[in-house]
Amino acid sequence: MDAFGDLLDGFGTALTPLSLLWAAIGVLLGTAIGVLPGIGPAMAVALLLPVTYGLDPTGAFIMFAGIYYGAMFGGSTTSILLNTPGESAAVVAAMEGHPMAKSGRGAQALAAAAIGHFTGGMIGTLLLVALAPAVADLAVGFGAPDYFAIMVLAFIAVTSVLGASRVRGLASLLIGLVIGLVGLDQMTGQQRLTFGSLQLADGIDVVIVAVGLFAIGEALWVAAHLRRTAAEAIPVGRPWLGRDDVRRTWKAWLRGPLIGFPFGAIPAGGAEIPTFLSYVTEKRLSKHRDDWGRGAIEGVAGPESAASAAGTLGSMLTLGLPTTAVAAVMLAAFQQYGLQPGPLLFEREPELVWGLIASLFVGMVLLLALNLPLAPLWAKLLRIPRQYLYAGILFFAAVGAYAVGGEVVDLVILLIIGLVGFGMRRYGLPVLPAVIGVILGPNAEQQLRRALQISDGSVSGLVNTPFAVAVYVIVALIVLWPLLRRVPVLRRRAG
Amino acid sequence: MTYRQVVAYVRLRTLLALLGAVVLVLAGPPLLTTGSGADTGTRIPGLRFMVPNTPGGGYDITARTAARDAEDAGLTHGIEVFNLPGAGGTVGLSRLVSEHGNGKLAMSMGLGVVGAARSNHSPKTLADTTPIARLTEEQDVVVVAKDSPYRTIGELIKAWREDPGKLPVGGGSSPGGPDHLAPMLMAQAAGIAPKQVNYIPFDGGGELLASILGSKVAFGVSGVGEYLDQIRSGELRLLAVTGTERVPGLDAPTLQEAGYNVDFTNWRGIVAPPGLSDTERGKLVRLFEELHDSPQWRESMRKNGWSDAFLTGEEFGRFLAEQDRRVVSVLKELGL
Repeated sequence: MDAFGDLLDGFGTALTPLSLLWAAIGVLLGTAIGVLPGIGPAMAVALLLPVTYGLDPTGAFIMFAGIYYGAMFGGSTTSILLNTPGESAAVVAAMEGHPMAKSGRGAQALAAAAIGHFTGGMIGTLLLVALAPAVADLAVGFGAPDYFAIMVLAFIAVTSVLGASRVRGLASLLIGLVIGLVGLDQMTGQQRLTFGSLQLADGIDVVIVAVGLFAIGEALWVAAHLRRTAAEAIPVGRPWLGRDDVRRTWKAWLRGPLIGFPFGAIPAGGAEIPTFLSYVTEKRLSKHRDDWGRGAIEGVAGPESAASAAGTLGSMLTLGLPTTAVAAVMLAAFQQYGLQPGPLLFEREPELVWGLIASLFVGMVLLLALNLPLAPLWAKLLRIPRQYLYAGILFFAAVGAYAVGGEVVDLVILLIIGLVGFGMRRYGLPVLPAVIGVILGPNAEQQLRRALQISDGSVSGLVNTPFAVAVYVIVALIVLWPLLRRVPVLRRRAG
Repeated sequence: MTYRQVVAYVRLRTLLALLGAVVLVLAGPPLLTTGSGADTGTRIPGLRFMVPNTPGGGYDITARTAARDAEDAGLTHGIEVFNLPGAGGTVGLSRLVSEHGNGKLAMSMGLGVVGAARSNHSPKTLADTTPIARLTEEQDVVVVAKDSPYRTIGELIKAWREDPGKLPVGGGSSPGGPDHLAPMLMAQAAGIAPKQVNYIPFDGGGELLASILGSKVAFGVSGVGEYLDQIRSGELRLLAVTGTERVPGLDAPTLQEAGYNVDFTNWRGIVAPPGLSDTERGKLVRLFEELHDSPQWRESMRKNGWSDAFLTGEEFGRFLAEQDRRVVSVLKELGL
């Protein structure tokens, strides 16, 4: 267990008073920034890059690790309390978390999310230490056909959680896919739905879509109904997780990393897909099916745990392969210090790397210590009368959207998407499938076309790996299951 | 409000104030110190660098390093660096061109912006700007996985010629970008029609890496700096470099040595808005001349592995025009 010996040395680096200070500052900054809608972990790290110029590399990276996990914790806070995801990986947290908050269980939802992040991050980082080289091989073995198969699985999984009406869910998904089409076609440089505007050439940022549909749409919806329903503040219940809550969530916390960790190793678009898959898994396995959609605590715990486990910087450290947006920014930061992440980094800068990994653990502990006591306090935000609360949300949403690109056009787009979100609420379309469409659509398209191009246009290029075939078999089973269940032989056996 | 509510409210407020204070303390000084350059000794008070891509990208690192080194060398202080990303740098370019006569603005850019302006059919091109200086250059490398059947560049190109479609090429930039141009020029030199090249764009050298290592693409083309470590550790086999000179420390021929007439380097430089007076232009050029001579800049170049490619004013302008022609001719052949 050589790696664990190195890790102990790493703790030697991470536990010096100065390192602890950087970690604590990073954690606080990250939480503060992550709470703002629109600014996710990647953005937070990028924005704070210049702040660390004066630090030595070890200190800087310890601080980055803190900012990163802090922003992840913070992102789910607004998602749960205000139905306003701070970043795209926190979108799923709103699904069950927000109904919980509405019924006065906001503190429990926040605690479930915080502990989820903690266990996910812990297990994910431990796995990173134990499996780093094997994981690197896994990442290299994956290609476009495999990614596309995973995307198809994600789409199928998502359609099964489209809510009460399949048709409305699909309509919403299609709206998302169309928004995802806007921008330059990555493969050929062709402009699509940009109407000649250069500002639209890079597409519409997922964050703007999520904040627009969730936050602005919600605010407009509440505003439209304020006069009819009394503006009562939402109650805040007991602050602690009950025994029943823990019994329902502990398995979800532990299952999250199993789904999340493999995704952190491969460049499949980051932490969003594992959160969707975890949500669907927990829903299927739950004994409390009736609660889903009205605040099932497992639906918060699992995805959050998966998100943190997906976020361990494994492939970046071992291969120089950025698998998430944050890892890409960190990669740039490494280069800033004249360090080249890659196969030799562990040998050349062991102190830095193991210090960084150890500080991931330290950051996680700090965050849990910070967030558990904070959960009931955050939940009290909901006591603010609604008209003031939503005015504040509108303000922060606008700031967040502006921060993404620093352009007025983004605000206009945000408002338009907000109106779309309002319209969707008016006609009973769920907004989540639209956000998922924006996230998955462009990604799936790119992988599909890349796979086809690699095989020189032959369709067999989509099913030429065992992994892809296995995933398609699972997809087929999911799709055909309702039919198979009707086959008499199977029914008898099941009965 | 009940007593408990008041307590909770006060605690929440203290907490938020605390968080706010932390943000201010840490983020405040860097924000405040930039932009205030009216003190004595400053050559160009209030100079701003625009970066046409996101924080952490190549132009960003160039601009921020140049700004920091210029300050450290005492050439000027308080250079504000800001990002205006979009459409491969075209959004920033449009903004720069619209700042007619503004002698306190400069934009970091490179070959990628030349290509993006053309492939996006931007109404504004680099011909509309005031060229200041070319700073650095970097060769592209042609790499394959360590278990690839191609041992030399000759073997690779022979197979490529036989069936271009079957040998997908990966590059770290979208069509029109540097890693796209390099293989197209290679194809031209090898007698393959660029249209037949099966080019697969990736989002930067990092994303491309996995596909090269896993032999998903037949070979990859990207900046030499991206893969130094993987080449040295033997994970990637380097077949050739695209410039006219070998890269010190790397055992690979240039494409010209191998018999293919390609001279390709990716470069980065600085341009300013149009309509500057001669004095304003001269001041900017002088600032970069002095920066180029400073020990701080030399140290930064060494640390980042950049090669010196200093060229200023008129000469840089001619170079820009020539690069633009080359981009246009390649894109035209591809019908883009």
